Amino acid sequence: MAGAKEIRTQIKSISNTQKITKAMEMVAASKMRRAQDRMQSSRPYADKMRTVVSHMRKAHPEYRHPYLIERDAKRVGIIIISTDRGLCGGLNINLFKSAIASMKEWHEQQLEIDIAVIGAKAMGFFKRLGGNVVSQNSHLGDTPRIEELIGSVKVMLDAYDEGKIDRLYLANNVFVNTMTQQPTVDQLLPVPDGGDDGEELAYHWDYIYEPEAREVMDALMMRYIESLVYQGVVENIACEMAARMVAMKAASDNAGNLIDELQLVYNKARQAAITQELSEIVSGAAAV
Amino acid sequence: MAMTIHVDIVSAEAEIFSGQANMVFAPAEMGEVGIAPRHTALLTRLKPGEVRVQMEGQEEQFFYVSGGILEVQPHVVTVLADTALRAKDLDEAAALRVKERAEKAMRDKTSDFDYARAQAELAEAVAQLSTIKKIRERAGR
Repeated sequence: MAGAKEIRTQIKSISNTQKITKAMEMVAASKMRRAQDRMQSSRPYADKMRTVVSHMRKAHPEYRHPYLIERDAKRVGIIIISTDRGLCGGLNINLFKSAIASMKEWHEQQLEIDIAVIGAKAMGFFKRLGGNVVSQNSHLGDTPRIEELIGSVKVMLDAYDEGKIDRLYLANNVFVNTMTQQPTVDQLLPVPDGGDDGEELAYHWDYIYEPEAREVMDALMMRYIESLVYQGVVENIACEMAARMVAMKAASDNAGNLIDELQLVYNKARQAAITQELSEIVSGAAAV
Repeated sequence: MAMTIHVDIVSAEAEIFSGQANMVFAPAEMGEVGIAPRHTALLTRLKPGEVRVQMEGQEEQFFYVSGGILEVQPHVVTVLADTALRAKDLDEAAALRVKERAEKAMRDKTSDFDYARAQAELAEAVAQLSTIKKIRERAGR
């Protein structure tokens, strides 16, 4: 009876794998719900931040912040947010693909590129690719805190302040729904014109700044960029969990199909073996 | 009807308070400020301290902030509270840390190992797949 034992071990090993993928699916599902909550609860801050910054654009301050001023680009920076772990389908690869597409475009414009990575997967990838990685941050866990991101953001902001980079981008996955995650590359600096909402104020007004316009704006813009990056990280975690859930569900289903097919093969092999044995016995008896 | 002002207190990780108030007091960097409705536009940094919101029914609510930004528009007050402790040298240290990590990772040869291991695993997976395919073909016959 050729192969029956092998097939049996094969079935055993596949069903073990299936058990693991099923467990991972369930873990990802519950983590996804929490990640989504976190994403939701970080939204008000980002929204308010955006409102304040757009107010500030409309004001006529005596001091124009460098983050609002477009300048000729020679070198650009990009912050890439990836996951720390794999087994989440094409999530990271799709993101890297769209990041690389943007980077190629910049390359054609003779721009040099500095990369800041958040997440272990991006580090491995861009190191192998030979990019100029200036900062790395990973293992933020499922509940990232803003102070863990300050460093990564500051490296890029400092480079911008010193004129080392002239534009800054952020690449991350945007959570559309459980089935869809959209890789996006957005410009952070200079802060893009967020499309005027039409209420251009006729009269000249400005904030009272305490203590100094410059200091307050520095603090505000820094927090603005940080909040965008934080939002990106939180969103990326929700994406990771959703993608992993879907990938693991597909893996469990595939394992189920494989087991069914192998079971059929096994049964056939068993039947064939029995038939053969029987016919041997019968023919043996007939010969006697 | 008494005039009120809309107050939003948010931090990066959660929304803390949103509602109408008669008056808001906040620890601005140049000293505590009290904001009544129709206050002129103001933008200032906050010190660690207490934000006091005087609600419509004379009732008061307190929130601790460890710093942040206060924005005042005539009818809206927004407190963007920090959750992290901020100081210039703390930020600097964080920036250095991630830079070092990048340099170390670029120098490290360990991830080349990982690459090799990944290749080995891939080869094994391919072998398994082809086995499965063979079994299927045999079954088809």
